[in-house]
This record gives sequence, structure tokens and C-alpha cells, in this order.
Amino acid sequence: MRTFPIGGIHPHDNKEWSKDKAIERLELPDQVAITMIQHIGAPSTPLVQKGDKVLTGQLIGQAVGFVSANIHSPISGTVTAVDGYANGQGQRRLMVVIKREGDEWVEGIDRSAEHKRECTLSSEEIIAKVKEAGIVGLGGAQFPTHVKLSIPDGMKAEVLIINGVECEPYLTSDYRNMLERAEELLTGVEILMRAVNVERAVIGVENNKPDAIAHLREVIARDNYRGIEVMPLKMRYPQGGEKQLIAAVTGRQVPPPPALPISVGAVVCNVSTTIAVYEAVQKNKPLIERVVTVTGKELKSTHNFLARFGTPVSTLLDIAGLPEGDNKLLNGGPMMGRCIVDLTAPLIKGCSGITVLSGKDAVRGQELSCIKCAKCVEACPMGLEPYLLSKLGKMQKWDAAEEHNAADCIECGCCSYTCPSYLPLVDYIRLAKQTVAANIRARAAANKK
Amino acid sequence: MQTRLFAAPSPHIHGAERTQQIMGDVVLALVPALAVSVYVLGWRVLMISAIAIASCMLFEYLIQRFLLKGRTTIGDLSAVVTGLLLAFNLPAGIPWWIVVIGALVAIGIGKMTFGGLGCNPFNPALTGRIFLLIAYPVQMTDWTTAVPDAISGSTMLANVKAGAVALSEVDYLTLLGGHMNGSMGEIGALALILGGVYLLWRGVISWHIPVAVLGTMALFGLCVAIPEGGATLWQLPLFHLLAGGALLGAIFMATDYSSSPMTHKGMIIYGVGIGIITMVIRLWGAYPEGMSFAIFIMNAVTPLINKYCRPKRFGTK
Repeated sequence: MRTFPIGGIHPHDNKEWSKDKAIERLELPDQVAITMIQHIGAPSTPLVQKGDKVLTGQLIGQAVGFVSANIHSPISGTVTAVDGYANGQGQRRLMVVIKREGDEWVEGIDRSAEHKRECTLSSEEIIAKVKEAGIVGLGGAQFPTHVKLSIPDGMKAEVLIINGVECEPYLTSDYRNMLERAEELLTGVEILMRAVNVERAVIGVENNKPDAIAHLREVIARDNYRGIEVMPLKMRYPQGGEKQLIAAVTGRQVPPPPALPISVGAVVCNVSTTIAVYEAVQKNKPLIERVVTVTGKELKSTHNFLARFGTPVSTLLDIAGLPEGDNKLLNGGPMMGRCIVDLTAPLIKGCSGITVLSGKDAVRGQELSCIKCAKCVEACPMGLEPYLLSKLGKMQKWDAAEEHNAADCIECGCCSYTCPSYLPLVDYIRLAKQTVAANIRARAAANKK
Repeated sequence: MQTRLFAAPSPHIHGAERTQQIMGDVVLALVPALAVSVYVLGWRVLMISAIAIASCMLFEYLIQRFLLKGRTTIGDLSAVVTGLLLAFNLPAGIPWWIVVIGALVAIGIGKMTFGGLGCNPFNPALTGRIFLLIAYPVQMTDWTTAVPDAISGSTMLANVKAGAVALSEVDYLTLLGGHMNGSMGEIGALALILGGVYLLWRGVISWHIPVAVLGTMALFGLCVAIPEGGATLWQLPLFHLLAGGALLGAIFMATDYSSSPMTHKGMIIYGVGIGIITMVIRLWGAYPEGMSFAIFIMNAVTPLINKYCRPKRFGTK
């Protein structure tokens, strides 16, 4: 069975807490707050003012430039404020606050349950629809999907890879989508194949989800989806990392930055994102909701909610029942998720799950000194030397960090996870990576002048 | 609701492995060899080991507490490993005060001078052993004190080198199971191999260093034996693998984390170096045994190896 070539770890997947919970539609929130930056790229410009009436699916944030994304109202009602509020990490962000009145949708959105398979649109038309719908990578990266689908001149896509790996422990939103919305997913794959003009698509799924693999294969055979293959992958974190997945599926390694996946002929799209593409193209439905896992060992109940964006995190956690005592709330899974420190913060596009670590699990272990055991070197899927990069980051030796390829780091966390001395390796490498990336950009800008 | 929210950068979960546990595993892996030693050489082995461990822990504690005035870390068990390995490198009959001096050199000079755990450029136990070998050559090579009826005052390596024992007369089964002529920890080859297998299974060490060291020694021995031919072809390599500190060194001493390279490629180069230097000293040097010196020399080369043997960067050929 295939997997990526170097490094990686085997954390317990902890999927059992929420994997058998069917997707349930969350009741509409009374009020939502919509952040104008829910994507990588330029923040969107709000198109509404305080007092404006908006409908569900109405464009309220306009993308600025190519690498940016539209934002639509997830409910209907009145705009009560356009102002800066704290996001999950406590950072002040421009948000549009909407008080809900009923649930009136913009005309032209097909809300029927009917499955629409046939698509005769051209590549350009599909990409335009994806862009219009404000779709971003729902696996957590929040990279605008229309940018990914626009193949640069002179390049050619050879294979479309659908990321159904969900290698983050705990999270089950992609898994539930594969089980419950396979038809929409597979039609989405067909549409994406048209968009990037390839004959072959591979859905990569780790072998800890045998029922998802079997179900997808069954639907592919039954409904005659051509050119789509389900590939089981040997369970290993971070298989869902874009470069790791491409290597696992095709055997080809994307060269170091700034090379993109397309340089080896691959376009990668997440399962939930693919379903959003189906809805955008076939149903004219913009991205206003997603499946979000709410999970944790100590929660009273775990869920896979279909929730509208902007719903306060507290609403989700009130239903799940947050335990008393020490908790760590994560936007995402435990390997790469970011801590939520403000419960009033809204659900955003990239939030595949809210993982709650409680009690002892919420606290970091005590840091000892590096014993040079080289376990981090062995665990790094990018072939870096984490112990050294971390030290260089701590000492602020940015040039040396650049020379040791700090910019290659994907922040997967394998090094910190594996360190027997509990060193916060990624903390310092992240710092080094950001500084090195900024230095590289600054040099490139200076060279242009 | 009474709840406290924590925040930290990712990742938020951690593997099961801890430094203390790794050190505990090394100690556990040394137990079979210790048992063979006690069985062959008697209870004095336990006493010397206890003195070595206690002195190492005490010196580490005293230096951290009173000289460095910082946190004491004897709880991480690394001083226990150093103490036990130091004892394994001594003859059972050694006077107790020499053991204490060895511990002081191992911990004081070999480890704490450079910043403690993980910072030592040389294996601390080896630093202690080499100091004692130079300072107390007589006591360090007296193998008879503990066992009055020992066959000879010399190790098998020395006997063979001096021509007192022919390779064909060596009892290889005794070398494997447990013999009397040698340092406390190096006399039971099978027990050492068992410990090595345990460390490999637990993921404490990787195969690269032991295999490179022992493989190189065997190959080197084979090449040297070719002119003689016949039974020497297998006897010479096998003898050098089983006699002396080859196994103890390759499995437990050369694999010391902080004084060995960080990448697999580096580990192989390092191991090959140790194998060659050991054989050169054993066959043509003044000393019958060269393992300690070989590891010591390659420890010094480790930073250079680390500089040139970097892992393969993802996406490059």
C-alpha cells in the first residue's frame, strides 16, 4: 500500500469519538459574525452597511484581486454592525454582524435535494462559478480554490487528486461527507476534472476508513463514474499534507518552494471542498455552510454538524457540553489546529472541526534539554533538521535558518510530537520560517526595482 | 461553568516517548550483560556498579546544585546510564576509589563541562574510562584480583595478539556465553546482543551504527585473514567481534546520542570509521584493545559529519 516517502508519525487517530455520528443540520443561529478574511490572500471588502437587509447567499464581501475570495451571507436578516471584533485567536478582524430574520434565500439557488449529474460548462465557466461562490480549501488551508484550478500558462495538469486522507486525529467531517454525500462528491470530482482538463482523478483515503473506501468504490461502479479511482493509503501522518499526498499517489515529489504542485502535473482538492464545488456549479449555491466535527474525549456528546458560517463557537460547544476544569479548544485537529481563546468567535470556512482537549491533555509537558536523539530528523516529512532549525530560530540566526531550508517547513508538528524532551521545536521553526519567507520576499522585491 | 482555557501553538498532542523512559530502556537493556557478569565474576560486580552509578548521580547533583546553581536533572536517569556504562568498562577487581575518580571525570569533565545532557561531544563514560586507563594502567588491566583462579592475567585480545593463544584454540562458545578475561560488561556477547535487540525493538537506537561498526570490523578482519586463508577466514573476524569491547562499544557506547551523528548516512560513516580504527589499533597498535579510542576519535569527527551529512531534502534528487 502506498504512502509518502520520508518521515511521518503514527499518532492514535481518535476518530472513534465522532466517526459514527451522522451529519446533523444545526439550527440556524440568531446572529452571525462574518470575518472578511477567511482565506489566504487579500481581505475582502464589505459590500453592506449597518441597517442593510441581506438574504441568505447574498454577496456581502467582495474579493480583492485574484488571490482572495468572495464572502456570502449565511443567513437572512439585518446588518447590525460592520466593525472589528475578536476572532478565535483573539485578533481583531473586520466582521459583518447580521441579526437573523427568517431564512430567505437569494433567487436562483437550487435548494432541492435532487442530484444533478450532467455538466456541460467549459473550464473557464466552472472556474468563474467557483470564484463567484467564494470557495476556499476546506481542509484547513483556506487557499482560494479558483486560484488552484487556474493552471498557469505553459503548465499542464495530468492528474486530479482528491484529498480524503483526513490524517489529523479526531476529525471526521471529510469521512462523514464521503459516506453520506458520495454522489455529490463524485460529481464534484467530474466537474473538477473538466475544470483542469484531466482524464484521471484519484481519491486518496487512508486505510483507517475502509467503509469510506468501499462505499466510494461501490458508487463509482454503480453510477459509472469514469476515470475516478479510490486509492487506499497506508495510515501515517501527515499524509494529508499536499506534497505528501502527491508523493504518495504519484510517486513524484514537488520540488522545494517556490515550486507548486502543478510542476509535477498534480492538482489537489479536499473532499469537502469538492462537494462545495458541486453545489456552486450545479446548484448555484455559494459557500455558506460546512460540515464541522465537534469532538473530544471529555465532551458530553460529539457531533458532525452541518453549520452555517458565522455561528458562534459557543453555540456548538453548548450542545456538545464543555467539561469543567482545564480545556484547550482547537480550530481543527490536535496536530495543526489553532487554539480558540474567545468562545464568541465565529465558525470560519477553514474550520473542519473543533477539538476539545481536556484536563492533562490541555497542558504541555515540561521541556528538558535536547539529547540529540535524532528522532525529529527521522520524523520530518520534508527532510529537514528540526533540532537545528529550532535552535537557529531561537538564536535568531535567520541566514543560517534559510540555508537549512526553514522555508520548506510545513508546520505539521511531527518533530515536536516525537521529541522525548518535549521541546517546542515547531514554535521556533515557525518563527524562523516566517522571518526567512519575509526576507526572501523582501529580496525579490528589491531585485525587481 | 467553571472552565479554564489554555492556548499554545500546535501541535497539541505528544508521542509516548520521554527522555527518562529512553534512559530507563538503556539501563534495562544492560541488565542481561550485568547478570552474566555477576554470574561469572561474582557479587563484587554489583558493588562496583552501584558505586559507579551512585557517584555519577552524586557528582551530577552536586555540580548542578552548588557549582551551576541551577535545576538538578538527575531524575532523567542519564547519570545512571553513564555510571553503569563506566562500571561495564572497568575490571571487576578495581579498587573502589578509582571508580569514584572515574565517575568524577565522566560526569564532571565528560558531561557537565560542556553543558550537561545532550551537549557532551564525547561519550562521558568513555571519557572516564580513558582517563583511568592512562592514570591507573596497572589496576585497569588487572583481570585477576576478583577471581583468583582466573586462567590468565590478560584478556583474550592480548593473549591472541601476543601469540600466547592461537585463533584456533579460542573457545568461541565461551566468548559468546560468558568468559572471565575482560571488563565487567564486555564478557557476555550473547547478553549484549540481547540488549541490543531490545533497544532496536524499542526504537531507542537505529541499526545503522552497530551494523556499520561490526560489519566493518568483520570485513576488515576477513581482508586481513585472506593471505592466511583456511579456518582463519572465519576465525579472525568472529574473534574480533566477540572478544573485547566490540559489542559493548558498538551497541551501547558508540550509539550515545549526543556524541554520534544525526542522520543515517552520517551514522554509517561514523560506524565505519570506528570499525577501521578499532581494527588498526587491535592488529597493529600498541594496545590490545582499540574500541574506546576509536569511538573517542570518531566522537571528535561527529560535528564535521553532521555538517556534511544532511538529510535528503524533500523534492530534491
